[in-house]
Amino acid sequence: MHEMSLAEGVLQLIEEAARQQEFAKVTAVWLEIGALSGVEVEAMKFCFDAVMRDSIADGARLEIIAAPGTGWCMQCSMSVPMKEVFGECPQCGSYQMQVTGGTEMRVKELEVA
Amino acid sequence: MCTTCGCGAGEVKIDGDDAHHGHEHVHADGTRHSHGHVPGAAHEHSHAHSHDHVHGHRYAPVHSNAAPAHSHAPGLGAKRMVQIEQDILSKNNAYAAQNRQRLAARGIFALNLVSSPGSGKTTLLCKTIELLRGRQPVTVIEGDQQTSQDAERIRATGAPAIQINTGKGCHLDAHMVGHAMEKLELPADSLLMIENVGNLVCPAAFDLGEAHKVVILSVTEGEDKPIKYPDMFRAATLMLMNKCDLLPYLSFKVDAAIEFARRVNPAIEVIEVSATTGQGMDDWLAWIDRQAAVARPAA
Ligand SMILES: Nc1nc2c(ncn2[C@@H]2O[C@H](COP(=O)(O)OP(=O)(O)O)[C@@H](O)[C@H]2O)c(=O)[nH]1
Ligand SMILES: [Mg+2]
Ligand SMILES: [Zn+2]
Ligand SMILES: [Zn+2]
Repeated sequence: MHEMSLAEGVLQLIEEAARQQEFAKVTAVWLEIGALSGVEVEAMKFCFDAVMRDSIADGARLEIIAAPGTGWCMQCSMSVPMKEVFGECPQCGSYQMQVTGGTEMRVKELEVA
Repeated sequence: MCTTCGCGAGEVKIDGDDAHHGHEHVHADGTRHSHGHVPGAAHEHSHAHSHDHVHGHRYAPVHSNAAPAHSHAPGLGAKRMVQIEQDILSKNNAYAAQNRQRLAARGIFALNLVSSPGSGKTTLLCKTIELLRGRQPVTVIEGDQQTSQDAERIRATGAPAIQINTGKGCHLDAHMVGHAMEKLELPADSLLMIENVGNLVCPAAFDLGEAHKVVILSVTEGEDKPIKYPDMFRAATLMLMNKCDLLPYLSFKVDAAIEFARRVNPAIEVIEVSATTGQGMDDWLAWIDRQAAVARPAA
């Protein structure tokens, strides 16, 4: 459900770019999705196709660029990989973690015709 | 999805009217009139985003003089790459920033109330309005997929309220709230309460321009909600633990719920309340006073 409104956000950005840069058709879309962004990639693919239908990106290919989750452990004073937003430090088990990467939800680029 | 301003609000209704295809305007002399948008007509719109009623006619194919290097689609010209590098939520965030600016200019303190359906948001708002009567004007924006029952419950307390129906939409967004703010006459230095659609997932990502998100967790839900829906509890400044009057009849562990909430958000504040008995409401009102004082620049 969340992915549906995000897909609509993607279409808004595409349509805005189409007005500014004058292209008629989008054939591929690159999205950067962080592991901690809460976005389900499979759900996003499904919603993307549904939302793009009858738009200038109808039938466009969706390419996902996965960004890994990373955090700063205050106990270890070092950057560590994170699997979940509220996850523990894989080194020391502490929950005192600050997310530093992996929350991205960005439209990176488009292939247009 | 609304093709007028591309705002994804096709089914959205504000107090029963389409969010976009008819705006009511109030003139300085107090007369009101409504009208639909006329494509191409200049249109004064106090909500500062531009509605350029182009309806897609500018998407004519562009003919490039460059030799088509890899032309796969006949009639569409060469393919090229266009850099975007924009956050998916950037449009919403821009509307939210605009709402925040308009609120700040009038000294209005806004809270965004989020929770699962039935945790007691509307009941809590009614109680809050009752307790603030004569002390502080409160205005309410109600978000639900269907019906205006909650706005009617608020109006019954005497406070002005407007209902946004999101249709299939599972959360309020900053654009809808901007339009609702235009329709409401928000008194200067008042309190604006926004009751979001009952959903512990999606509203977390959508900034509406509020000062804080307040998450309501009722004790009839599980203690583990904060770790099941961490984004919402991370986004909130305050957790109101509601329906505490029912604790004697339940096995809900208050300490465990608070521990889980602090695990996902170490800074979250917690107040135990009951919207029906009024328990804890003094602490909640004091919290509002404190936060509003911080948010409003010294007069
Ligand atoms: N026992 C008890 N019931 C409550 C309390 N607050 C709300 N309720 C009940 O919970 C139900 C849902 O409340 P409502 O305000 O509509 O929830 P909303 O969906 O979050 O707006 C109603 O039947 C309320 O009477 C409370 O503090 N204690
Ligand atoms: Mg309600
Ligand atoms: Zn560690
Ligand atoms: Zn609009």
